[in-house]
Amino acid sequence: MNPADPTVPDPTVPDLPATGLTVTGLTVTGLTVSRGGIPVLEGIGFTLAPGRALVLRGPNGIGKTTLLRTLAGLQPPLAGAVSVPAEAIAYSGHADGLKATLTVAENLGFWAAIHGTGGPGAALEAMNLAALRDRPAGALSAGQKRRLGLARLLVSGRPVWMLDEPTVSLDAASVGLFERAVRAHLAGGGSALIATHVELGIAGAEVLDLAPFKARPPAAGGRGHPFDEAFA
Amino acid sequence: MIALLLRDLRLAVRAGGGFGLGLAFFLIVTVLVPFGVGPEGGTLARIAPGILWVGALLACLLSLDRIFALDFEDGSLDLLATAPIPLEAVVTMKAAAHWLTTGLPLVIAAPLFGVLLHLPGAGFFWLTVSLALGTPALSVIGTFGAALTVGLKRGGLLLSLLVLPLYVPTLIFGAETVRRGTAGLETGPPLLLLAGITAASVALLPFASAAAIRVNLR
Repeated sequence: MNPADPTVPDPTVPDLPATGLTVTGLTVTGLTVSRGGIPVLEGIGFTLAPGRALVLRGPNGIGKTTLLRTLAGLQPPLAGAVSVPAEAIAYSGHADGLKATLTVAENLGFWAAIHGTGGPGAALEAMNLAALRDRPAGALSAGQKRRLGLARLLVSGRPVWMLDEPTVSLDAASVGLFERAVRAHLAGGGSALIATHVELGIAGAEVLDLAPFKARPPAAGGRGHPFDEAFA
Repeated sequence: MIALLLRDLRLAVRAGGGFGLGLAFFLIVTVLVPFGVGPEGGTLARIAPGILWVGALLACLLSLDRIFALDFEDGSLDLLATAPIPLEAVVTMKAAAHWLTTGLPLVIAAPLFGVLLHLPGAGFFWLTVSLALGTPALSVIGTFGAALTVGLKRGGLLLSLLVLPLYVPTLIFGAETVRRGTAGLETGPPLLLLAGITAASVALLPFASAAAIRVNLR
């Protein structure tokens, strides 16, 4: 990992509204995550400084989603520590959490109210959804839904973004909007952890390949798991 | 928290939201029972308290699996679990929304349906009071059942099996209150027990529901 100098300002960062972020670095040490009680990744350790992005790579099924869900506090790790509380993390999974019968503005306004941040206006602008604000979310295209799901991150006001395949079904222009939003987030002192298979134009993004952390079965020298021992 | 309640109420009244489903079911039950047992006023008046309470209970049961299933499917539940409001508050608001869209309409409409079943005049007041006190327990207990079965495919059957036994005490004391009210007997003891069940459910079950959701989201 040899990231570009993060002190070089990104000239394309637009003036997005300040979200009142507290600067927090994320440190993960010796993390073992499991799916259905079976370890899938073990001994993960990395540091994510404020203003930086980390791209997670690895083949399908390696455990990228499991890792992100564990970090977001949706499931407990088998071992290891995460330096940042789950309250600092905005998680965006495969599903966008949209209600088909609510309008775009109502969907986003709900999450803004839940997170106690301002109205959805600025986030709608940033994701180019302002013209669609009164349309029911059920009538949006897949890419528009995805943009609405990503706009939720902007209203969450949380410093660490955890994004699981954020660019699925986005066109090139929308990917550009997304990259701009991430850059603005990083410039504001936030950080982002992104699991993706595509190249994102985010300056200074480090890459973490998860393949070396794949959990080994106990027979191969892995650390095993109480479940296996109980049924051995 | 209020935002969550408002969103759920808004979703319920929008197209396909399921508002009125319980009410329609309740109406069907009370209309069909006289056809089934015959039109003699005496028989109907005797069974009316029980029928009305069973109908209200089943109407409540009908919409339980929607409480969390829709939010689970579209990913909202994951996001709510990671939101700044505690999961206990989320399930409490969900139960409140369920009561406002299912329980409260039943409370308001029940006297009307009592007429269809020849409910004696003295029973109307006690029917409304007992339903107003008892239906919150139905919503909270049902929310607990929905939390236990969230994420299961076709969890509705399991949900009914889990929840029905838990509904029995509410049904017994609710129907007993109305029966005593119509007979002119003292209604205090069953009404107080009913209120006790509701108070205990509202106080304790949100914690159990939140714990169940945390386990089911893993």
